[in-house]
Amino acid sequence: MPYQPIKFYQTGSFVVGNRLLDQNERSVQSDTERLNSLTSGHRACQGCGEALGARYALDAVAKATGGRMIAANATGCLEVFSTPFPETSWRIPWIHSLFGNAPAVATGIAAAMHAKGRDDIRVVGQGGDGGTIDIGFGCLSGMFERNDDVLYICYDNEAYMNTGVQRSGATPPAARTATTQAVGPNPGNVFGQGKDMPRIAMAHEIPYVATATVAELRDLEAKVERAMSFRGARYIHVFVPCPLGWGSSSNDTIKLARLVKETGLFPVFEAEHGEVTAVSKIRRRIPVEEYLRPQRRYAHLFGEHGHPETIERIQALADRNIARYALLDDLPDSLKPPGSAVGRQVRWQSEDLSEQTSAMAILTETTGAH
Amino acid sequence: MPNKPFAITLNVGSSLANKTGSWRTERPVYVDRLPPCNNACPAGENIQGWLYQGEEGGDGYYRAWHQIMLDNPFPAIMGRVCYHPCETVCNRAQLDTAVGINSVERFLGDEAIKQGWTIEPDAPPSGKKVLIIGAGPSGLSAAYHLTMLGHKVTIADSGRAPGGMMRYGIPKYRLPRDVLDAEIARILDMGVTLGLNRTVRNVADEMAAGGFDAAFLAVGAHIGRRAYIPAGEAAHILDAVSVLRSMEGEQKPLLGRSVAVVGGGNTAMDVARTAKRLGATDAVVVYRRTRDRMPAHDFEVEEAIEEGVEMRWLSTVKHADAGKLLIEKMVMDEAGFPQPTGDFEELEADSLVLAMGQDADLALLDGVPGIEADDGVVKVNQAMMTGHPGIFAGGDMVPDDRTVTVGIGHGKKAARNIDAWLRDSRYEPGHKHEVAHYDKLNTWYYADAPATVRPTLDIARRTSTFEEVVGGLDETNALYEARRCLSCGNCFECDNCYGVCPDNAVVKLGAGNRFEFNYDYCKGCGICVQECPCGAIEMEPETI
Repeated sequence: MPYQPIKFYQTGSFVVGNRLLDQNERSVQSDTERLNSLTSGHRACQGCGEALGARYALDAVAKATGGRMIAANATGCLEVFSTPFPETSWRIPWIHSLFGNAPAVATGIAAAMHAKGRDDIRVVGQGGDGGTIDIGFGCLSGMFERNDDVLYICYDNEAYMNTGVQRSGATPPAARTATTQAVGPNPGNVFGQGKDMPRIAMAHEIPYVATATVAELRDLEAKVERAMSFRGARYIHVFVPCPLGWGSSSNDTIKLARLVKETGLFPVFEAEHGEVTAVSKIRRRIPVEEYLRPQRRYAHLFGEHGHPETIERIQALADRNIARYALLDDLPDSLKPPGSAVGRQVRWQSEDLSEQTSAMAILTETTGAH
Repeated sequence: MPNKPFAITLNVGSSLANKTGSWRTERPVYVDRLPPCNNACPAGENIQGWLYQGEEGGDGYYRAWHQIMLDNPFPAIMGRVCYHPCETVCNRAQLDTAVGINSVERFLGDEAIKQGWTIEPDAPPSGKKVLIIGAGPSGLSAAYHLTMLGHKVTIADSGRAPGGMMRYGIPKYRLPRDVLDAEIARILDMGVTLGLNRTVRNVADEMAAGGFDAAFLAVGAHIGRRAYIPAGEAAHILDAVSVLRSMEGEQKPLLGRSVAVVGGGNTAMDVARTAKRLGATDAVVVYRRTRDRMPAHDFEVEEAIEEGVEMRWLSTVKHADAGKLLIEKMVMDEAGFPQPTGDFEELEADSLVLAMGQDADLALLDGVPGIEADDGVVKVNQAMMTGHPGIFAGGDMVPDDRTVTVGIGHGKKAARNIDAWLRDSRYEPGHKHEVAHYDKLNTWYYADAPATVRPTLDIARRTSTFEEVVGGLDETNALYEARRCLSCGNCFECDNCYGVCPDNAVVKLGAGNRFEFNYDYCKGCGICVQECPCGAIEMEPETI
């Protein structure tokens, strides 16, 4: 794992900093001199996960590049809340063009820098899940297949939040959005649709693909640093809760990002050249209910007229991820995917899995030492 | 507008002009909550505070020791004989196992003796003189704190050596005498006058004769309580206090090959274990109730049994004769009281030791006006003062639990009140913060102990003896143990609030100075409160 192994079990590597750590072992965010690439006064909602994720990621890029960087931003919350004319929250060179063309703009900047002999200046493209997975998908795929020298970061809050919480290709099944209302026999977003963008990126066999959440800062920073060690197309997919769109408390933003990983619904892993190279294990496994219940977008699944069968289907999705990415420590041999590489072409039947994974649940006491 | 690019009509500005703090309806504030360990400590130690210092290692050990010394002058003794109520309430117990506070304290105390650390009084001389009667834990603690506060202290003790019950009640296998001597010497070296073999007959006369401005009575409770047991002439019956006291003299008590001890407290365990060490083949504790009703601490009972002490629950001694006892079996009635059954059996015993509690010798108070005693103990008010102005009392001779730590706590409390009384003021204890219970913590952030460290720690915890762990590991163990502290309710500068704020509204003030909020930009989302591992931030409503 990309974690720093830290030998304090007071807080281990889970907190942002620690006064007992050597300076060079501390996170970028714990530094009093950190860049704050996205500075105060931005108009993001209270408890915005995306604002947090963007600062985490871009501060780490700035650290890795010595500040020689340019960011191209797709239209979306991040762009709107950071730059209402004539104010800007950005303390880095930053450009916004259109909703769907951020990867292409980033490619162009990288090409221009190369032409000017300034390959030392690194380019980041970024956007929300709508701008990345739906509207900018063609541009992004092109950027990947040409292996342009860009790190593209997607801040995934699972819907079009800026325009009023409409469904995107990243909206999870059963979630209520403005366009997938909680009505009818199968309320909320339908099962079996949407795109698994990290896996699509992996299918392009680009040098580096990673997923991360705002709940694990050190993991996210390590992945950004790793990504900046490659040339060519790189993709990081960051899970960022949205209190407004999800109907969650503003103070639960990090908690939800932590819970989603602990359920297995959002696998946290790294892949290089199309192969998974590392997964972040589940530390304290929990059922999906614990993640779903605090969010009003799933409120229709609970209570007297709830849909327990839908919750079971969501649980099956989590279980499938757990098996596919081997998210639990000490999997019994019978449950280990064949071959050494985790997650390769393993087709689990989710019906069988629910039985097997309940056995796995017993084994979830992990050490937490990474 | 000649200087602006195409289509740009306004100067570019920073979003810092946008004070998003105005969105807020609640504001986060940093708080200090009272850690459960501190709350439970009878000596009022700031345990979280000294673990925080100690976990730095190196110079941190001295600062940790110094922090203990502010409340308790006996860390090395505490680390051996304290029943550590702190560990019983430790929040970490709900996560994995309680922090081994006692063993860390012992490590720090031993380190101080090894390094010869001393402490200087921090107040100018007051010119006042205080008489302390009794050089036990309570009296010595009061002497130390009064000296620190600038007063001149004289102690009178009837014993041949100072320490009271720490010397004459606690067996050597629990408290080596070199440790006891070292910690007492450190107090005496601060300028305390100690008079040994001095039994005070009347405290008021003594004060007048010596020109003392105040007195603190801490004579303890040394008289073993007797119970009427019909006995034959040749029966060998002793009381526990005398047995333990005579262990300090030249003549070890003659207990014989088989010893029966009546009672269920820690003293009964001490005597039974001492008898075993003196060579008794059989040491039997006779107790009239069941084990769960025993006042002795569980680990003392456990260790006694491990050492081969036999327990007779629901039993009482009916008759004692030379070499044998008549035991009657008891049964618990519905109200929880033991009732005789009429079933008898014999038990071989060369001697019978009574460990049924102790009383204080209050003869020195005879004729002192205003002092009230009830049921063998002296009445004191909130300020530890007896009914006679200027005469204070504490330790085993006043109503409370009778442990070394409670006595030390009394000494400190009395010293502060005596100090206030001598300065014609009142001692006001500081406001107690709300207790930091487990539900205030975000335990996600506390890492589990790496498997490789755990076995060594278990050994350290079980034996509570750092010397017994393989050489060179002792400091590492202490450090690890200190670092297991969750710092409940008190910021330990993990940088979480600083990192997790989406609005960069937390200002990091640098090592030792914690953090502050920038309310110009804090939107009041509350993430910092939720993600603070130790519960040191809370939300409060904005006032309009």
